[in-house]
Amino acid sequence: MEKTEKKKYTRDLILVGIVLLAALLLFFMVRNNQEKATGTGAEAVVTVDGLEIGRYPLKTNGTFPLNGGSNILVVENGEAWVSEANCPDKVCMGMGKISRNGEFIACLPNRLIVVVEGGEQNALVDGMT
Amino acid sequence: MKTGKLTVMALTTALAMILSFIESQIPAFVAVPGVKVGLANIAVVFALYKLGWKEAVAVSLVRVVLVSMLFGSLASMFYSLAGAALSLIGMGLLKKSGKFTEIVVSVAGGILHNIGQIAMACLILETDVLRYYLPFLLLSGTVAGVVIGVISAIMVKRIHIAE
Repeated sequence: MEKTEKKKYTRDLILVGIVLLAALLLFFMVRNNQEKATGTGAEAVVTVDGLEIGRYPLKTNGTFPLNGGSNILVVENGEAWVSEANCPDKVCMGMGKISRNGEFIACLPNRLIVVVEGGEQNALVDGMT
Repeated sequence: MKTGKLTVMALTTALAMILSFIESQIPAFVAVPGVKVGLANIAVVFALYKLGWKEAVAVSLVRVVLVSMLFGSLASMFYSLAGAALSLIGMGLLKKSGKFTEIVVSVAGGILHNIGQIAMACLILETDVLRYYLPFLLLSGTVAGVVIGVISAIMVKRIHIAE
Protein backbone atom coordinates (compact mmCIF):
# COMPACT_ATOMS: atom_id res chain seq x y z
CA MET A 1 0.00 0.00 0.00
CA GLU A 2 2.64 2.45 1.13
CA LYS A 3 4.86 1.49 -1.80
CA THR A 4 2.25 1.94 -4.54
CA GLU A 5 1.36 5.34 -3.06
CA LYS A 6 4.99 6.39 -3.28
CA LYS A 7 5.20 5.18 -6.88
CA LYS A 8 2.11 7.22 -7.71
CA TYR A 9 3.70 10.36 -6.27
CA THR A 10 6.85 9.78 -8.32
CA ARG A 11 4.77 9.45 -11.49
CA ASP A 12 2.87 12.58 -10.49
CA LEU A 13 6.09 14.51 -10.11
CA ILE A 14 7.45 13.36 -13.48
CA LEU A 15 4.25 14.20 -15.34
CA VAL A 16 3.86 17.63 -13.74
CA GLY A 17 7.51 18.33 -14.53
CA ILE A 18 7.04 17.41 -18.19
CA VAL A 19 3.97 19.66 -18.51
CA LEU A 20 5.77 22.58 -16.89
CA LEU A 21 8.77 22.14 -19.21
CA ALA A 22 6.50 21.96 -22.26
CA ALA A 23 4.74 25.13 -21.12
CA LEU A 24 8.02 27.00 -20.66
CA LEU A 25 9.29 25.83 -24.04
CA LEU A 26 6.08 26.92 -25.76
CA PHE A 27 6.19 30.22 -23.92
CA PHE A 28 9.67 31.06 -25.20
CA MET A 29 8.83 29.89 -28.71
CA VAL A 30 5.82 32.18 -28.81
CA ARG A 31 7.71 35.06 -27.22
CA ASN A 32 10.60 34.82 -29.68
CA ASN A 33 8.12 34.89 -32.47
CA GLN A 34 6.53 38.07 -31.22
CA GLU A 35 8.81 40.85 -32.40
CA LYS A 36 7.74 44.30 -31.34
CA ALA A 37 5.60 45.50 -34.20
CA THR A 38 7.24 48.83 -34.86
CA GLY A 39 7.15 48.82 -38.66
CA THR A 40 4.95 51.22 -40.54
CA GLY A 41 2.58 48.34 -41.23
CA ALA A 42 1.90 47.63 -37.57
CA GLU A 43 -1.78 47.88 -36.81
CA ALA A 44 -4.37 46.78 -34.31
CA VAL A 45 -6.89 44.70 -36.21
CA VAL A 46 -10.34 44.53 -34.65
CA THR A 47 -12.72 41.67 -35.39
CA VAL A 48 -16.21 40.91 -34.14
CA ASP A 49 -17.51 37.38 -34.64
CA GLY A 50 -14.53 36.72 -36.89
CA LEU A 51 -15.40 39.62 -39.20
CA GLU A 52 -12.91 42.46 -39.47
CA ILE A 53 -14.47 45.78 -38.49
CA GLY A 54 -11.42 48.01 -38.45
CA ARG A 55 -7.66 48.48 -38.60
CA TYR A 56 -5.89 51.09 -36.49
CA PRO A 57 -2.22 51.89 -37.21
CA LEU A 58 -0.20 51.79 -33.99
CA LYS A 59 1.70 54.94 -34.92
CA THR A 60 -1.46 57.04 -35.01
CA ASN A 61 -2.50 58.05 -31.50
CA GLY A 62 -6.19 58.25 -30.79
CA THR A 63 -9.28 56.96 -29.02
CA PHE A 64 -11.68 54.84 -31.02
CA PRO A 65 -15.12 53.52 -30.05
CA LEU A 66 -15.49 49.97 -31.36
CA ASN A 67 -18.51 47.89 -32.26
CA GLY A 68 -21.03 50.67 -31.75
CA GLY A 69 -19.32 51.83 -28.58
CA SER A 70 -19.32 48.52 -26.71
CA ASN A 71 -15.57 48.85 -26.22
CA ILE A 72 -13.20 51.81 -26.48
CA LEU A 73 -9.77 51.26 -28.01
CA VAL A 74 -6.90 53.59 -27.19
CA VAL A 75 -3.76 53.76 -29.33
CA GLU A 76 -0.80 55.65 -27.93
CA ASN A 77 2.96 55.49 -28.53
CA GLY A 78 2.79 52.29 -30.51
CA GLU A 79 0.64 50.47 -27.98
CA ALA A 80 -3.04 49.64 -28.01
CA TRP A 81 -5.39 48.84 -25.15
CA VAL A 82 -9.06 48.73 -24.29
CA SER A 83 -9.98 51.53 -21.87
CA GLU A 84 -13.70 50.99 -21.63
CA ALA A 85 -16.09 48.05 -21.99
CA ASN A 86 -19.79 47.63 -21.36
CA CYS A 87 -19.55 43.99 -20.32
CA PRO A 88 -19.77 43.05 -16.64
CA ASP A 89 -16.42 41.28 -16.26
CA LYS A 90 -14.10 43.94 -17.77
CA VAL A 91 -11.52 41.27 -18.49
CA CYS A 92 -10.43 42.96 -21.71
CA MET A 93 -9.58 46.14 -19.79
CA GLY A 94 -7.34 44.12 -17.54
CA MET A 95 -5.44 42.48 -20.39
CA GLY A 96 -3.07 45.43 -20.59
CA LYS A 97 -1.30 47.04 -23.52
CA ILE A 98 -0.42 45.16 -26.68
CA SER A 99 2.32 46.05 -29.12
CA ARG A 100 3.87 42.79 -30.30
CA ASN A 101 2.88 40.77 -33.31
CA GLY A 102 0.19 38.30 -32.40
CA GLU A 103 -0.57 39.85 -29.02
CA PHE A 104 -4.26 40.26 -28.57
CA ILE A 105 -7.05 41.50 -26.36
CA ALA A 106 -10.23 39.47 -26.30
CA CYS A 107 -13.63 40.54 -25.05
CA LEU A 108 -15.57 37.29 -25.13
CA PRO A 109 -18.98 38.69 -24.06
CA ASN A 110 -18.91 41.14 -26.98
CA ARG A 111 -17.18 38.59 -29.24
CA LEU A 112 -14.54 41.16 -29.97
CA ILE A 113 -10.85 40.57 -30.55
CA VAL A 114 -8.06 43.09 -31.07
CA VAL A 115 -4.86 41.61 -32.45
CA VAL A 116 -1.59 43.27 -33.44
CA GLU A 117 -0.41 42.58 -36.95
CA GLY A 118 2.94 43.86 -38.03
CA GLY A 119 2.90 44.22 -41.78
CA GLU A 120 6.18 42.78 -43.06
CA GLN A 121 6.71 40.53 -40.05
CA ASN A 122 3.42 38.83 -40.59
CA ALA A 123 4.86 36.33 -43.04
CA LEU A 124 7.31 35.11 -40.41
CA VAL A 125 4.63 34.50 -37.82
CA ASP A 126 2.40 32.67 -40.23
CA GLY A 127 5.33 30.66 -41.56
CA MET A 128 6.17 29.42 -38.09
CA THR A 129 2.72 28.40 -36.98
CA MET B 1 -30.29 5.83 -6.76
CA LYS B 2 -29.88 5.82 -3.04
CA THR B 3 -31.13 8.89 -1.22
CA GLY B 4 -27.86 9.15 0.66
CA LYS B 5 -25.83 9.36 -2.53
CA LEU B 6 -28.22 11.88 -4.05
CA THR B 7 -27.89 14.05 -0.97
CA VAL B 8 -24.09 13.94 -1.07
CA MET B 9 -24.20 14.84 -4.78
CA ALA B 10 -26.47 17.80 -4.05
CA LEU B 11 -24.17 18.96 -1.25
CA THR B 12 -21.11 18.61 -3.48
CA THR B 13 -22.83 20.61 -6.24
CA ALA B 14 -23.72 23.32 -3.74
CA LEU B 15 -20.11 23.38 -2.58
CA ALA B 16 -18.91 23.69 -6.20
CA MET B 17 -21.28 26.61 -6.76
CA ILE B 18 -20.13 28.42 -3.64
CA LEU B 19 -16.50 27.91 -4.64
CA SER B 20 -17.25 29.29 -8.12
CA PHE B 21 -18.89 32.33 -6.57
CA ILE B 22 -15.99 32.93 -4.17
CA GLU B 23 -13.55 32.71 -7.04
CA SER B 24 -15.53 35.18 -9.14
CA GLN B 25 -15.24 37.66 -6.27
CA ILE B 26 -11.45 37.60 -6.32
CA PRO B 27 -10.55 40.28 -8.87
CA ALA B 28 -6.83 39.44 -9.11
CA PHE B 29 -7.58 36.17 -10.83
CA VAL B 30 -9.75 37.54 -13.60
CA ALA B 31 -7.16 40.02 -14.87
CA VAL B 32 -6.12 37.57 -17.56
CA PRO B 33 -8.99 35.50 -18.93
CA GLY B 34 -8.68 31.77 -18.55
CA VAL B 35 -6.11 32.09 -15.78
CA LYS B 36 -7.86 31.04 -12.63
CA VAL B 37 -7.51 28.84 -9.60
CA GLY B 38 -10.44 26.61 -10.42
CA LEU B 39 -11.63 26.27 -6.83
CA ALA B 40 -14.78 24.48 -7.98
CA ASN B 41 -12.62 21.63 -9.21
CA ILE B 42 -12.06 20.65 -5.56
CA ALA B 43 -15.70 19.57 -5.43
CA VAL B 44 -15.52 17.81 -8.79
CA VAL B 45 -12.37 15.85 -7.89
CA PHE B 46 -13.95 14.97 -4.57
CA ALA B 47 -17.07 13.67 -6.35
CA LEU B 48 -14.91 11.74 -8.82
CA TYR B 49 -13.11 9.85 -6.04
CA LYS B 50 -15.93 9.47 -3.56
CA LEU B 51 -18.99 9.01 -5.77
CA GLY B 52 -17.78 7.98 -9.22
CA TRP B 53 -17.32 9.36 -12.70
CA LYS B 54 -20.97 9.69 -13.69
CA GLU B 55 -21.73 11.46 -10.45
CA ALA B 56 -18.80 13.84 -10.99
CA VAL B 57 -20.12 14.59 -14.48
CA ALA B 58 -23.52 15.41 -13.02
CA VAL B 59 -22.06 17.64 -10.29
CA SER B 60 -19.86 19.49 -12.76
CA LEU B 61 -22.50 20.05 -15.45
CA VAL B 62 -25.20 21.15 -13.02
CA ARG B 63 -22.72 23.52 -11.43
CA VAL B 64 -21.70 25.05 -14.78
CA VAL B 65 -25.29 25.58 -15.92
CA LEU B 66 -26.47 27.03 -12.61
CA VAL B 67 -23.44 29.28 -12.08
CA SER B 68 -23.68 30.61 -15.65
CA MET B 69 -27.36 31.35 -15.15
CA LEU B 70 -26.79 33.05 -11.80
CA PHE B 71 -23.58 35.01 -12.33
CA GLY B 72 -22.60 34.64 -15.96
CA SER B 73 -24.06 34.74 -19.42
CA LEU B 74 -25.13 32.34 -22.12
CA ALA B 75 -21.79 32.79 -23.84
CA SER B 76 -19.86 31.99 -20.69
CA MET B 77 -21.96 28.84 -20.32
CA PHE B 78 -20.82 27.52 -23.70
CA TYR B 79 -17.18 28.18 -22.89
CA SER B 80 -17.49 26.53 -19.51
CA LEU B 81 -19.40 23.51 -20.80
CA ALA B 82 -16.72 22.80 -23.40
CA GLY B 83 -14.06 23.11 -20.70
CA ALA B 84 -15.95 20.98 -18.21
CA ALA B 85 -16.61 18.20 -20.74
CA LEU B 86 -12.98 17.94 -21.80
CA SER B 87 -11.80 18.14 -18.21
CA LEU B 88 -14.18 15.40 -17.03
CA ILE B 89 -13.07 13.02 -19.79
CA GLY B 90 -9.40 13.63 -19.02
CA MET B 91 -9.78 13.30 -15.26
CA GLY B 92 -11.90 10.17 -15.61
CA LEU B 93 -9.33 8.43 -17.80
CA LEU B 94 -6.38 9.40 -15.60
CA LYS B 95 -8.15 8.27 -12.46
CA LYS B 96 -9.14 4.99 -14.10
CA SER B 97 -5.52 4.29 -15.05
CA GLY B 98 -4.81 4.15 -11.33
CA LYS B 99 -1.25 5.29 -11.91
CA PHE B 100 -1.55 8.78 -10.50
CA THR B 101 -2.77 10.58 -7.40
CA GLU B 102 -5.41 13.29 -7.11
CA ILE B 103 -2.73 15.85 -7.90
CA VAL B 104 -2.19 14.86 -11.53
CA VAL B 105 -5.91 14.25 -11.98
CA SER B 106 -6.59 17.79 -10.78
CA VAL B 107 -3.78 19.30 -12.89
CA ALA B 108 -5.16 17.57 -15.99
CA GLY B 109 -8.65 18.76 -15.10
CA GLY B 110 -7.52 22.37 -14.76
CA ILE B 111 -5.49 22.42 -17.96
CA LEU B 112 -8.11 20.63 -20.04
CA HIS B 113 -10.82 22.96 -18.75
CA ASN B 114 -8.75 25.91 -19.97
CA ILE B 115 -8.02 24.28 -23.32
CA GLY B 116 -11.68 23.41 -23.84
CA GLN B 117 -12.73 26.98 -23.17
CA ILE B 118 -10.12 28.39 -25.51
CA ALA B 119 -11.03 25.92 -28.25
CA MET B 120 -14.69 26.88 -27.91
CA ALA B 121 -13.79 30.56 -28.00
CA CYS B 122 -11.75 30.00 -31.17
CA LEU B 123 -14.76 28.29 -32.76
CA ILE B 124 -17.27 30.94 -31.73
CA LEU B 125 -15.04 33.90 -32.56
CA GLU B 126 -13.69 32.24 -35.72
CA THR B 127 -10.13 33.11 -34.93
CA ASP B 128 -6.92 31.34 -34.07
CA VAL B 129 -5.02 34.12 -32.29
CA LEU B 130 -5.90 32.49 -29.02
CA ARG B 131 -3.27 29.83 -29.66
CA TYR B 132 -0.68 32.33 -28.40
CA TYR B 133 -2.37 31.93 -25.10
CA LEU B 134 -1.74 28.24 -24.63
CA PRO B 135 1.61 28.46 -22.77
CA PHE B 136 0.13 30.80 -20.17
CA LEU B 137 -2.79 28.47 -19.65
CA LEU B 138 -0.52 25.42 -19.34
CA LEU B 139 1.62 27.19 -16.74
CA SER B 140 -1.21 28.63 -14.69
CA GLY B 141 -3.28 25.46 -15.02
CA THR B 142 -0.45 23.32 -13.70
CA VAL B 143 0.35 25.51 -10.72
CA ALA B 144 -3.30 25.95 -9.76
CA GLY B 145 -3.98 22.27 -10.42
CA VAL B 146 -1.30 21.14 -7.97
CA VAL B 147 -2.75 23.32 -5.21
CA ILE B 148 -6.30 22.16 -5.91
CA GLY B 149 -5.10 18.55 -6.14
CA VAL B 150 -3.44 18.68 -2.73
CA ILE B 151 -6.59 20.12 -1.15
CA SER B 152 -8.78 17.54 -2.91
CA ALA B 153 -6.54 14.68 -1.78
CA ILE B 154 -6.90 15.82 1.83
CA MET B 155 -10.67 16.00 1.46
CA VAL B 156 -10.89 12.58 -0.15
CA LYS B 157 -8.80 11.13 2.67
CA ARG B 158 -10.55 12.83 5.57
CA ILE B 159 -14.21 12.91 4.62
CA HIS B 160 -15.98 9.58 4.89
CA ILE B 161 -19.34 9.05 3.33
CA ALA B 162 -21.54 6.56 5.15
CA GLU B 163 -23.00 3.95 2.86
